Amino acid sequence: MRTAAGILDAVLGADRDRDTLPTRLCEDCTEALPITGVGLALMNDEGHQGVIAATDGPARVMEELQFTLGEGPCLDASLARRPVLQPDLASTAVARWPGFGPEALNAGIAAIFAFPLHVGAIRVGILDLYRDTPGSLDNAALAEALAYADAALLVLLHLQGQMPPEGGLHPQLAAPLENRAEVHQATGVISVVAGVSLADALLLLRAHAYAAQRPVVQVARDVIAGTLRIGASRNDHE
Amino acid sequence: MKTEQRLAEIFVELADTLVDEFDALDFLHTLTDRSVELLHVDAAGVILSDQHGHLQVVASTSNRAQDLELFELQSDEGPCLDCFNTGRVVANVETSVAIERWPQFSAAFMKAGYQSAHAVPLRLRSQVIGAMNLFCVDAMTLDDRDLALAQALADVATIGLLQERAVQESGLLAEQLQTALNSRVLIEQAKGVLLALTSTSVDEAFRLMRDYSRRHRLPLRQVAAEVIARTITAEQLRLG
Repeated sequence: MRTAAGILDAVLGADRDRDTLPTRLCEDCTEALPITGVGLALMNDEGHQGVIAATDGPARVMEELQFTLGEGPCLDASLARRPVLQPDLASTAVARWPGFGPEALNAGIAAIFAFPLHVGAIRVGILDLYRDTPGSLDNAALAEALAYADAALLVLLHLQGQMPPEGGLHPQLAAPLENRAEVHQATGVISVVAGVSLADALLLLRAHAYAAQRPVVQVARDVIAGTLRIGASRNDHE
Repeated sequence: MKTEQRLAEIFVELADTLVDEFDALDFLHTLTDRSVELLHVDAAGVILSDQHGHLQVVASTSNRAQDLELFELQSDEGPCLDCFNTGRVVANVETSVAIERWPQFSAAFMKAGYQSAHAVPLRLRSQVIGAMNLFCVDAMTLDDRDLALAQALADVATIGLLQERAVQESGLLAEQLQTALNSRVLIEQAKGVLLALTSTSVDEAFRLMRDYSRRHRLPLRQVAAEVIARTITAEQLRLG
């Protein structure tokens, strides 16, 4: 079995021109374990802050859904600071996450194993593994998944460690979050228009996107462009 | 008595560094106290290199020993320094050899009432982070078993210290990552607030906040937070 240090060596030593470190780690993890794909996201106390890497479409959907809906196994794992293992989403997820569950199943996600990345009390991120068929991770695979989670945390800290203390997020962490900028801007707009807190404004934005079956980012763009007003009056909610 | 049970107790005590209230200085005092007890020497002390490479005396079982260690660092000679610089044990050095190798240290050492000094490195693979001194009032030699025990004590202490440093460092990085992430979110949200309050564009909103932060020498993060809290108005951003 590979240790976190061994994984880190392999990921750091791989072809540097090919993809970012977080992406290489996720790909390496997908190959090593009996899983279909992996997503890596930044987290803080407010929740999901954006996808840093995703190996395939469903992995990205898994992350985006949790950001949009504000619920799901990775949020639960981060909140509780322990892994959430869901070997058979079809039998458990719909009851536990009424928004996320059906959408995840539709996207072809049958099992999720979410591992929180944190240093003491500080939440840093989440490593989400998924399978397209139901099934548990055996003890050896679980141990290796935990080693990948350790390595993922080290990758995030290693990248940020290359920046000066007030230098902002490392580019490999910041670039994948670019499309989140519009969501945060729209949140600011809605907080003024609706006269609510930023946290509530984000909930309004998410609720609208969910009801309209549209990606949050698209809805956010309309809000910024002024073609959609959320929270101004009841008529805006269809 | 070097009973097996006492040895086991001490190693468990030194390995127990994963507690919430880990204190490196307390930990090193435990190391020196237990080393004196197990090795039957008269004093022990530790010098440690900090994150910037400066050597410091961090623990001693007596003031006399501490004074000698400080003197050793100041005069830049002595067994502990040799041990740190080479990463090897310095032990059982003949008095005549010691006087020749470390003239200033040896004079101060004998004046303080000691006759023999030994030092073991705090080392993990190629990384030497410090050294432990053992001082004796007699001309005492340490046999191979004593030296192996001294090194084992130093090794377990080294692992504890490196672990603590790694935890501290990763905590700092995690905080920086969180701060950078939160600043980003805050600045974007503030742009949106300005967008809704005035008929400015997103880019213009950013430029206003950035110029204000430069004029007033405030972090951009703080300006954004104040825009959101409305303690800085759009008018103030333009004119203030």
